[in-house]
Amino acid sequence: MIKEIRQTVKQLFDQNNIDIFIGYTEGTLPLRKTPCFITKAEDVDKLVWDSFCTNNLTVYLPRFFVPKPREKEPKWPKVGILVSGCTGRSLVGLFKEKQVPRENIVIVGVPCDGVVDIKKIKGIEINEGSENKDAIIIKDKTGKEKEFKKDDLLADICVSCSCSVPPVHDYLTKGKGRVTMVPYTGVKEFEKMSREERWAYFEEQVSKCIRCYACRASCPNCWCKLCFVDHTLPQWTGITNNVSDVMFYHIGRIFHQAGRCVDCGACVAACPVDIDLRKFTYKLIEDVKVFYGYEAGLSLEELPPLSTYKPDDEQEFMTEP
Amino acid sequence: MTKIKETPDQKTIPETKKYKPTIVAFLCNWCSYAGADLAGVSRIQYAPNIRVIRVPCSGRVNPFYIVKALQNGVDGVLVSGCHPGDCHYISGNYYARRKFALLKRYLEYIGIEPERVQFSWVSASEGGRFAQIVEKVVNDVRKLGPNKSSIVKSLK
Repeated sequence: MIKEIRQTVKQLFDQNNIDIFIGYTEGTLPLRKTPCFITKAEDVDKLVWDSFCTNNLTVYLPRFFVPKPREKEPKWPKVGILVSGCTGRSLVGLFKEKQVPRENIVIVGVPCDGVVDIKKIKGIEINEGSENKDAIIIKDKTGKEKEFKKDDLLADICVSCSCSVPPVHDYLTKGKGRVTMVPYTGVKEFEKMSREERWAYFEEQVSKCIRCYACRASCPNCWCKLCFVDHTLPQWTGITNNVSDVMFYHIGRIFHQAGRCVDCGACVAACPVDIDLRKFTYKLIEDVKVFYGYEAGLSLEELPPLSTYKPDDEQEFMTEP
Repeated sequence: MTKIKETPDQKTIPETKKYKPTIVAFLCNWCSYAGADLAGVSRIQYAPNIRVIRVPCSGRVNPFYIVKALQNGVDGVLVSGCHPGDCHYISGNYYARRKFALLKRYLEYIGIEPERVQFSWVSASEGGRFAQIVEKVVNDVRKLGPNKSSIVKSLK
């Protein structure tokens, strides 16, 4: 598969279709893959694609297309990007929100077989790792080997994956991808708890937060030039890790994802203190789906749920005297 | 200014009822604010616990205003706008309804009492309805007691 990707990218460079290509390359730590930006056809051999490519690359796109003052015809680059199912959905969201012009993007789609959550590898120190079909082999410093099944290490988002092929693409490599579709039950289970328990859980999770804003930095939907937490006039929330301020930040950030979050798992993977963010983001995904029948990032035409309305939207929640 | 004497009636009120919640009410300029005005002009009695903030439209109410009010320690928030179809700006309240539907369920989901954040439709001619809604919200919040959850930012 990686040969096919490299070939496509090389071809794109040779035909002068793109100025830059965003893909993955080997990281500095074992198993980790890191985003890379390729500008020359000779460098395509750097590209990799395997089960450890967890970053959402679309997060880098909006910064290529910032209008400059007094520039009548913007000189924006042509960008090629490697996307899988969920990152492809993020990309559709960026097109829809007009942060990225469709004509400047060349999408190389890969049917995704699911990515591995490295945090799930336990019982062995990772010094070297390799992938062999459905097995992940980890070696530690002494040379001891341990074999894991890929299914056991699959990231939570991939377990409930419903979209392995990017909905919009220019090129697509061969393969089927893996659609497991085991529905995420975290929200339902959480709703069964009492109100006090839910609040206690939220407080416990959120109070771990160190305000590093990795969730914001890794999220392609967070493209605001000035985030509400950085505002000083009005100052929406304090900047310390006071529990109340952290709550405000998380409620605000997650509510901003209403009808936009594609459940790509970038925030969960980026969080250094392992906050159970998905439990809170997924509620809005579910609500938007139930009440407005909308799923983010699947089509370019459908209007986002909060930019449209129907006169007969449900209003059971309203107070009546 | 002369000090208002405590009337003998108030002394007989049990301790639990003496708690006076503070409720922030975001009222839309065209309907609910006029409705509140009508309630006043018509001399309809209702609980004096609301602090009214006039907004151009219920669609102008940023969900952050509501969370921020809770963070600043109010006991309840009421947002009120024109009935669907009657918005001065044609569709502002329809958009607001979608936002509020998600916000209310979301706050309830993470564990904020649903009674603390309430939404309603009040038209300019419904002074009586406005009074009833305020009474209902104040009673709901009074049952819950003061907002002591950790979202309230202490000044310590």
